Amino acid sequence: MTDVTRMVADSPVQFLAPDGTFAPNVGAEEYAPFVERLDDAALQRMFRDMAMVRAFDVEAGNLQRQGQLALWVPSHGQEAAQVGSACAMRPQDHIFPSYREHAVGMVRGIDLMNVIRMLRGLTHGGWDPKDPRNGNFHLYTLVIGSQALHATGYAMGIQFDGAFGTGDPENDQAVVVYFGDGATSQGDVSEAFVFAASYQTPQVFFLQNNHWAISVPVSRQSRTPLYRRGEGFGIPSVQIDGNDVLASYAVTAKNLDEARAGGGPRLVEALTYRIGAHTTSDDPTKYRTDDELASWVARDPIARFQAYLRGRGAADAFFDGVAAEAKDFAADTRRRTLALESPPAELMFENVYTDEHPLTAEQFEWLGRYEESLEGGDAR
Amino acid sequence: MTEVGTVTTPTTSELQTMPMAKALNAGLAAAMAADERVLLMGEDIGTLGGVFRVTEGLKNTYGEHRVLDTPLAESGIVGTAIGLAMRGYRPVCEIQFDGFIFPGFDQITTQLAKLTNRHEGAQAFPIVIRVPYGGHIGAVEHHQESPEAYFAHTAGLRSVSPSTPHDAYWMIQEAIAANDPVMFFEPKSRYWQKGAVDLAAPAVPLHSSRVVRTGSDVTVLAHGAMVSVLLQAAELAASEGISLEVVDLRSIAPIDYAPILESVRKTGRLIVAQEAPGNVSVGSEIAATVAERAFYSLEAPVLRVSGFDVPFPPAKLEGVFLPDADRILEAVDRALAY
Repeated sequence: MTDVTRMVADSPVQFLAPDGTFAPNVGAEEYAPFVERLDDAALQRMFRDMAMVRAFDVEAGNLQRQGQLALWVPSHGQEAAQVGSACAMRPQDHIFPSYREHAVGMVRGIDLMNVIRMLRGLTHGGWDPKDPRNGNFHLYTLVIGSQALHATGYAMGIQFDGAFGTGDPENDQAVVVYFGDGATSQGDVSEAFVFAASYQTPQVFFLQNNHWAISVPVSRQSRTPLYRRGEGFGIPSVQIDGNDVLASYAVTAKNLDEARAGGGPRLVEALTYRIGAHTTSDDPTKYRTDDELASWVARDPIARFQAYLRGRGAADAFFDGVAAEAKDFAADTRRRTLALESPPAELMFENVYTDEHPLTAEQFEWLGRYEESLEGGDAR
Repeated sequence: MTEVGTVTTPTTSELQTMPMAKALNAGLAAAMAADERVLLMGEDIGTLGGVFRVTEGLKNTYGEHRVLDTPLAESGIVGTAIGLAMRGYRPVCEIQFDGFIFPGFDQITTQLAKLTNRHEGAQAFPIVIRVPYGGHIGAVEHHQESPEAYFAHTAGLRSVSPSTPHDAYWMIQEAIAANDPVMFFEPKSRYWQKGAVDLAAPAVPLHSSRVVRTGSDVTVLAHGAMVSVLLQAAELAASEGISLEVVDLRSIAPIDYAPILESVRKTGRLIVAQEAPGNVSVGSEIAATVAERAFYSLEAPVLRVSGFDVPFPPAKLEGVFLPDADRILEAVDRALAY
């Protein structure tokens, strides 16, 4: 079992105990008003989003095992960190994900089939972040930590435009960037901290510490709790129980509003766990113990939130309805995946450049002539 | 306009003499005046005006939000420029010296070069990365290199290099106006050489190569500072009765082959010169392509005159490393021996 105790703050912000009891700890006090503003409808929407993404994620993993996807990147176990933080954003905010933030993308409005298309090998992107329907959710970035700098640059742009700090939270903009415990070792993440602190950008660094960078434990990445890295750069930082959706929501909301108001960047470290593999190419039984996995399964974010909602009076009919909807969503994902067609060859040559480029044009023309010359020959 | 013989030249109000560093400064200022989304970012480029003073005075004119003295981190400069471009800005990044581009290499090659493709054309990335490059300045390690082949090899990037103040003035503006990432290699040994800049019009479009001295026996080709070495060699050759045609490549990626092939079809011989090490270089690519496309016109193999395949040497040896007019003429003799 990995020794993670020294990586935990005295009191990571927590509202819900693992059994679903509402028991805010001392760290949660200042965030309580943000939880109080959530009514039953809002809470139930959060639960639904978590359950939907869980079902989608499990089905996508199955599709990969059946040869329908080149790869799958499971989000199983991280739903509270993702849905809570995503629900804390405002429509005008911009989100820079790494590549596991399926729940954030869904909350922001992207069609998750776009993620399927990427991992089926049909595109390197999948959606247009400029399309208002996509909730300013930027593309997945596979080089670990690279997106932290893009997010910071974007936030610098917000600052240069004067689009924050006016005191109008309905219009002031902010940026959220997602990254993991492994990414904290990348130079780009440190450089993003430097630039963000230097320019006092309106952004929240949302660190999902799921304890494993493929097979390497977080103890190999850091000898200090990761949230304290932010403090070293002059960025106010806080550690939360990332499997508590209320903590994720409230802490992100408060920090994001402080950032958008001109308070500078913030870091939120969400302690969570990757229940599944890093990707479907990985075998976590080679590096993790059953005991460790079981200890985190016992802290499952969806079961915890379900117990809480039941305590608040949510009826079986609600949970049954969500379960049925999630099952349909998974089935629909399967049906739509099997119907996807391969892209045409010109996809390779399109959009390498925005302006005309003679080399790609010439090679595309050549490929056309070559393929034409094969017609009537052996079937390809 | 004044008439000089049969050649029309611009009036003095349009024709100004200035060194390349000033021409770049004027070009940057013109681009910033034309489009408020253009901003400059880099190390020491604001208050100091850059270690080569290329951005001198621009911070005073345009303010600290358009001329950014960034933290000392090349990946950070390029990575945040990408975010700024997503926001609608047109960043121009200065990398202080050629050999310091490598901390930013990841963001340039894995992100900047691929982002238009990843976005399936939905987002353009009009970012210029200025790189003072090349030798002849007697500097320490990492300060005299020619890394352009790494970038020419990467799809999604454009790479250009001016050889004169006039081209520098216009090409920097054209690079900023381009909707793709442009690597802008500035021959730093030419920063202080004066030349005429016609403020009325560029000579040719950004991605054009150009014959800068006509000749009939051998075509010699280069970009950046090496063009001046070729012109010197052409003078020496002429005194021995050998006529060299000099082509200024200007654009490293894409390469404009039409003027090169036309010249080779006339002379039948081509020598490609570069400061960069020759192994897997821009010169290698040109040699291969010319051999493919002008095989029956060639009277001799295409020859390369390059830096040696060693790390750029300590400054006291740079004269041995860098091709000079004599090394060009030695290659001319070899080409003519076929």
